[in-house]
Amino acid sequence: MNKLLSSVAAVALLGTACTAQAQEKLKIGVVTTLSGPAAVLGQQLRNGLQLAIKDNGGKLGGREVELFVQDDELKPDVAVSKAKALIDRDKVDFVVGPIFSNILVAIMKPVTEGGAFLISPNAGTSNFAGKECNPNFFVTSYQNDQNHEVMGKYAQDAGMKKVFIMAPNYPAGKDSLAGFKRFFKGEVADEVYVPLNQLDYSAELSKIAASGSEAVFVFLPGGMGVNFVKQFRQAGLADKMKFLSAFTVDESTLPAQKEAALGFFGGANWAPDLDNAQNKKFVEGYQKEYNGAIPATYAFQSYDAGLLIDGALKAVGGKTDNKDALRAALEKAPFTSLRGNFKFGANHYPIQDFYQVKVVQVGDKFATSIDKKVFTDYTDPHAKDCKMK
Amino acid sequence: MSFTLLIVQTLNGLQFGVLLFLIAAGLTLVFGVMDFINLAHGVQYMLGAYLAVMFYALTGNFLIALVAALGAALLLGLLLEFTVFRHLYDRDHLEQVIATFGIILFLNQGVKVVWGAAPLSLPIPDMFAGTVVLSPGILYPVWRLMIIGSGLAVALILYLLVTRTRVGMLVRAGATHANIVSALGVDIRRLFMIVFGFGTMLAAFAGVMIAPILSVEPGMGDSVLILAFVVIVIGGIGSMRGAFIAALLIGLVDTLGRSFAIDILRLVMPPSPARTVGPAIASMLIYVLMALVLYFRPAGLFPAKGR
Repeated sequence: MNKLLSSVAAVALLGTACTAQAQEKLKIGVVTTLSGPAAVLGQQLRNGLQLAIKDNGGKLGGREVELFVQDDELKPDVAVSKAKALIDRDKVDFVVGPIFSNILVAIMKPVTEGGAFLISPNAGTSNFAGKECNPNFFVTSYQNDQNHEVMGKYAQDAGMKKVFIMAPNYPAGKDSLAGFKRFFKGEVADEVYVPLNQLDYSAELSKIAASGSEAVFVFLPGGMGVNFVKQFRQAGLADKMKFLSAFTVDESTLPAQKEAALGFFGGANWAPDLDNAQNKKFVEGYQKEYNGAIPATYAFQSYDAGLLIDGALKAVGGKTDNKDALRAALEKAPFTSLRGNFKFGANHYPIQDFYQVKVVQVGDKFATSIDKKVFTDYTDPHAKDCKMK
Repeated sequence: MSFTLLIVQTLNGLQFGVLLFLIAAGLTLVFGVMDFINLAHGVQYMLGAYLAVMFYALTGNFLIALVAALGAALLLGLLLEFTVFRHLYDRDHLEQVIATFGIILFLNQGVKVVWGAAPLSLPIPDMFAGTVVLSPGILYPVWRLMIIGSGLAVALILYLLVTRTRVGMLVRAGATHANIVSALGVDIRRLFMIVFGFGTMLAAFAGVMIAPILSVEPGMGDSVLILAFVVIVIGGIGSMRGAFIAALLIGLVDTLGRSFAIDILRLVMPPSPARTVGPAIASMLIYVLMALVLYFRPAGLFPAKGR
């Protein structure tokens, strides 16, 4: 008798669970790097998305959101198994992430073939922008080459004759220097590839000093950039040549670089002081929420990813079952980006403006600041190779 | 490839080598004397750097921060010895490796909880902030010279301690005949604790000295730990002299390899493949060196006597 009662109760419970699911929570998976030296970038990604949800009253597209945050540990194999778990176990509708390009390449198939939309708030490799473009993949950041092209164009326009260029020895590093050289036509004093996560640049700095270059261009993200910038300043090179970079001096690294990075240049699609009301609110909100930390591009691009999901879902009445309708809505980019001008190209990568940014001091903190617009409504160079199915 | 550039790169190599020596010295002492594999040694280097950043923020004086960080690192080291390591001395190496690896994970995460994941920095003391002109246009940071100088000084002190003092004699004896030393009425546990504390302080000292150059971040000790093991394997486990020579060798080979591999390869192959192959070979060099040393001298360059 007791058994019967309890099973009746269980059925009744199931019934209430079903009615509750009428307005089921929207499930979003996050794949980001939360351990190791690059964790600070991954935290910005997570924080940005969480802030977007919070600013929308805990909802996106009118539905309560349930976030599943996974640490990819910057290891492709780990990322794949966690992405698969998000799809198979948690049944998420969207996956937002990752920070790093090698992780993106790894999780692309499991996520998009598993029926979810993958929205990258940072990594934007050339293959997915061109020949391998994917209908279920959207990018709210940039194509990897572009920030480097900004610096190449700047060096070319400034009439520089000789530049020393350096990047880590991995695919994004090669793309970086190729992007720089696409626009810079002067002499490249030397092109150096260092091992990923090298910490001491004494050998390279001596070479740079001996090369007699007008400027150095580097792509050294995260801790690598912190070390290089400090050592560049210590070696007395900052007074002798210009410092051009991408992903090397930004709000995620400046708390450690401080004065050492003052006046250094970067290429970016945004800076905290980009002048529009929505951005101002975002930067203030982020600082308030996360102990006064100034957001970097990772956070703003992730915030935009949240806005994108919100806008597209609203356009289809909050329903995720009709993928084609949802995809069509996403393609229209129905949201106001923090960066102002924004639309998707045919390859689902953004068409946007790019700026040269400069490190300045704001009170007792350091941030990048818009110095000059370099590209307007710029489409990435690989978009023409994309035949979207 | 000018002559000055060669000199500068040699200095860079020396600086790197001296740093490796500071870390490897403690590791080889603990490994050689206590037969204890301490993977957590790299974490102690990281803690030294973090503590220095913290004390600098509190006091604003580098020297005070250095002394306080060394003291605090010693206390933390002894605490670890007391709570964890002490119970592992008689176990086999596998258990030591697993336990100390656990400490790496624990402390890397702990550091993140206490100080955050973002990299921190420690400024160079003003007195040593400048550069010296080696030749017109070629500058060298004074702080890197300071690292070389202090590292060599520590090496000298260590040499005198181990060869000329009573504690040094006991350490040498304990390394080869622990039971007999114990039977002669020496408290071997206390001796081990002294050795361990000293090794911890050396690692922390390396961390403090390098903090103004590198970013202070969680996991900064992990890559250095691997190099330190390469050093003690090449030098001969338990040998202080071996660690010194091997550390300088590794520092020089790595730095000179990185700076000149491409130029040397260009002599024998076209520039474009040289650019691709060069960095790959440069990052392999030290491991190739280790393989060669192990092939010809399996016990390392200066095997400690009695092992």
